[in-house]
Amino acid sequence: MIDHLDPTTLARAQFAFTVSFHFIFPAFSIGLASYLAVLEALWLKTGKGLYLDVFMYWVKIFAVVFGMGVVSGIVMSYQFGTNWSVYSQKVGPIIGPLMAYEVLTAFFLEAGFLGVMLFGMAKVGKSLHFFATCMVALGTLISATWIVSANSWMHTPVGFLVNANGQFVPAGSWWPIVFNPSFPYRLVHTVIAAYLTTALAVGGVGAWHLLVDRTNLHARTLFSMAMWMAALVGPVQILAGDTQGLNTLKYQPIKVLAMEGDYDPSPSGAPLVLFGLPSNADAVVHARLEIPKLGSLILLHDPNAPLPGLKDFARSKWPPVPIVFWSFRIMVGVGLAILGLGVCSLIARASGRLYDWRLLHWSAVIMGPAGFVAVIAGWVTTEVGRQPYTVYGQLLTAQSHSPLAAPAVAASLVVFAVVYFSVFGAGTAYLLRMMARAPTSREVEPPHLPQRAAGITPAAGMEQTSATESDHELHRH
Amino acid sequence: MNSIDISVVWAGIIAFAVFAYVVMDGFDLGIGILFPTFAMGEERDQAMNSIAPVWDGNETWLVLGGGGLLAVFPLAYAIILPATYPLMIAMLLGLVFRGVAFEFRWRNAAHRPYWDMAFALGSLVATIAQGITLGAILQGIRVADNAYAGAWLDWLSPFTLLTGAALVLGYSLLGASWLVWKTEGAAQAHARRMAFALGIATLIAMAAVSAATPFLHNDYWRRWFTVPGVFLTAQVPLLVLITAAVFFWSLRRGAERLPFLMVLALFLLNFVGLGISVYPYLVPRQVTIWDAAAPRQSQEFMLVGTAVIFPIILGYTAWAYWVFRGKAGTHGYH
Repeated sequence: MIDHLDPTTLARAQFAFTVSFHFIFPAFSIGLASYLAVLEALWLKTGKGLYLDVFMYWVKIFAVVFGMGVVSGIVMSYQFGTNWSVYSQKVGPIIGPLMAYEVLTAFFLEAGFLGVMLFGMAKVGKSLHFFATCMVALGTLISATWIVSANSWMHTPVGFLVNANGQFVPAGSWWPIVFNPSFPYRLVHTVIAAYLTTALAVGGVGAWHLLVDRTNLHARTLFSMAMWMAALVGPVQILAGDTQGLNTLKYQPIKVLAMEGDYDPSPSGAPLVLFGLPSNADAVVHARLEIPKLGSLILLHDPNAPLPGLKDFARSKWPPVPIVFWSFRIMVGVGLAILGLGVCSLIARASGRLYDWRLLHWSAVIMGPAGFVAVIAGWVTTEVGRQPYTVYGQLLTAQSHSPLAAPAVAASLVVFAVVYFSVFGAGTAYLLRMMARAPTSREVEPPHLPQRAAGITPAAGMEQTSATESDHELHRH
Repeated sequence: MNSIDISVVWAGIIAFAVFAYVVMDGFDLGIGILFPTFAMGEERDQAMNSIAPVWDGNETWLVLGGGGLLAVFPLAYAIILPATYPLMIAMLLGLVFRGVAFEFRWRNAAHRPYWDMAFALGSLVATIAQGITLGAILQGIRVADNAYAGAWLDWLSPFTLLTGAALVLGYSLLGASWLVWKTEGAAQAHARRMAFALGIATLIAMAAVSAATPFLHNDYWRRWFTVPGVFLTAQVPLLVLITAAVFFWSLRRGAERLPFLMVLALFLLNFVGLGISVYPYLVPRQVTIWDAAAPRQSQEFMLVGTAVIFPIILGYTAWAYWVFRGKAGTHGYH
């Protein structure tokens, strides 16, 4: 089999595999970090131990998720060089600084405060601990900002020149590069996706424990907060997705046509293809089920507006349409399911049945992992839709990879697959085990800090925080 | 601005990041390598807890090294990584295993021995890969048309295996002396004995690598042994001897912090020695820092931010270490 695969295909498969795996973890940790900051704020504001319990429940899960995100992320920062060295040499002057800024402004911030967030409550006191939690949450958002900016530039490259060495270099200001045309839309869509993914996971866990014991106050808190998120932010995400679609139509029309399955031009309004089997070879969507005019209505807000077809563009510029077509439908399908779940939760809340409606709880459990599916499907849609380019319209993927022999890349791909499935498989099993345990009021005792509760200033309190035996008493095992 | 060569400034910043990585992740990789020699239970838990709050920050310097090289010296990044492809993959996978072990080992007591083993082997593999990579860069990389032109096992040679082994000893020494500082009781006594033996072994390995390097290429010989440069370069081994003497003396006297600081000094001297051998090349005798430099706009854009952000990073990193000062103890939040 390896004989038939060229190094480009193998390098793409390896990058797609490692980045898809990696993306799962930040999608969860971006949302969880913000959620933890909210929980800690609620605890500090209301003084209710319940919020601290829920915080302690999720912070342990966060630590596992974050750890997996870190190690799979380090792999990404080196894969640009190992597998895409030509791309790195040519595009490094533009992409490199954006990623280096991510390291400087985000990764260090997260890592620097993570230790205090996980282990430091008894050492630094409540206020500084809350500050550390906020810094970690801020770090995840800054990280998303830079990496989405770099990724967006690859879709909508602007503000560059190509120098004598064939390198992409800034034409002048960095402003248009960082704030490239698709960046704001992508950033909003991505961050909301992370929040919704987390809300679904939290809601699924809450629902699971409500099914066991509907009087569990902690499970009620999880479920209620998550359902607010689904009900309020779900519709916003559909709007954000729509505006990103319009932006993509403007800058990458071929990608949108692939998503829609429009091989033929539609001079008097494009249909919305609900299902079908696209074939690049036949340039047609077989077995299609479509609604006339709706495609143009959604994309151009006019049912009769003409839309080009893939056939209007050279075949060499088409992405693999079936993948893009289907991954897009999976993402949208999950989005609509989230909307449905949110609406149902509002109805249940209004009729006072939020904690009693078992069908709703089962739905939430089933939807628990749905956010991850949508995130990966959305990522596949946009990245496969960018093919055959790495830098859209400028640099072909086939001209970007490292001068490596196919066996080297194939061997490393196999090793990555084995290691990722076993290590992250084990991690997922641990996460599910932690989530299967019901959150209780025995989660952790509020750190009883007599010396500080007695009214000593935080600065004085810090003097006493050397790691003595008495400090260890404050930790729960 | 024009009077200062921005590429040289950047070479200095990247060198600082690499050095920060080597000593900071060095001690926690070293603890990983030594992990199986500690008794299960209290000794291992202390060793783990002494680095659990800081390892992630330590490893971020590696990401900065990679990302920084891509940003300001993309050509070097694009040559070195394909040239050391199997090493890089091995290092990354080693880091995966050891990184997840920090959390996974607490999740199920029955699985703990396996994750402890993953922690140790992952640390060992990552360290060997880094050591061999260093040797591979020193011995030279084949370059043609701005790209790596060698085969995928060019990096393998007796010299690179020697540098791989030397780094394993060096990181272990860092780890052992860190544990002398951060642990107590049986774990500390064990770490102190290890540090003594590893100190001797590391010095021998350093001597071997230093003796072999000038024979790799004329250029290295000339840099170290021709008059008048030799009067300056001779200071390096002299300082190594003094540092080593203070290290053994302080370890004997039961000092807790000084041995670690002396090992840091030893690493710094090695690093200076490396600088004497390769400057101004990023890929020795093939690609200088000016050949590999990204366009000026990219280097300037990065430099502005770095000048502002670096001091802040160093500030809160120091604070995080300060919060977890003192002995590590056996209890985390687990």
